[in-house]
Amino acid sequence: MSEKKLALIATKGTLDWAYPPFILASTAAALGYQTQIFFTFYGLQLLRKDMNLKVSPLGNPGMPMPLGMDKWFPTIGTAIPGMEAVMSSMMKAKMKKKGVASVAELRELCLESDVKLIACQMTVDLFDMQPDDFIDGIDYAGAATFFEFAGDSDVNLFI
Amino acid sequence: MTEYTEKFDATGLNCPLPILRSKKVLTQMNSGEVLYVISTDSGSVKDFDAFCKQTGHELLESSEADGKYHYYIRKA
Repeated sequence: MSEKKLALIATKGTLDWAYPPFILASTAAALGYQTQIFFTFYGLQLLRKDMNLKVSPLGNPGMPMPLGMDKWFPTIGTAIPGMEAVMSSMMKAKMKKKGVASVAELRELCLESDVKLIACQMTVDLFDMQPDDFIDGIDYAGAATFFEFAGDSDVNLFI
Repeated sequence: MTEYTEKFDATGLNCPLPILRSKKVLTQMNSGEVLYVISTDSGSVKDFDAFCKQTGHELLESSEADGKYHYYIRKA
């Protein structure tokens, strides 16, 4: 079997959107794909040592709310201070209860299976982020580097 | 009952952990040896089938009993 390649671009930095890139990348690696994820803009939050990711119900009518909260607090309720923290901890508790892996665990599995993680240098500079903020074992590069790998990948996804 | 070399209990784990952890165990095993996996994730039925098809391992048996799923995989 010749080795297939998967190239992902991760652009979002919330708890919910942290899952697709890490789940797909770790699974692809388990299936024998050579895999690379390019993290840009808010996606860089997924490379921090301390991720502290949150999920926001604000502007997200698709998010299932517990206890009929969406009926009691239509739209504007999701902007109440503290709502984001509450929803984030509820989501994390639910995931743990249902046996869903943590984002940190999936990221660790990606690193173990040699998924290449690349931080967009331009965004790192733009937001004045420091390499010290990020986990070890990642690369810093730009769009041309992404295409070097993506150009002959079998699957390319923008997340 | 099918003979097996290693057993991995993935009870309580959800997608994609049963596959990822099983793959890890398979990596430690020798070609021709059989891994027995137990899972409670209903999505794992199709996933183990797809995993084996794509990696070349042989899915000897895939069955359900008492709400648990049982897989026997022969390493390629």
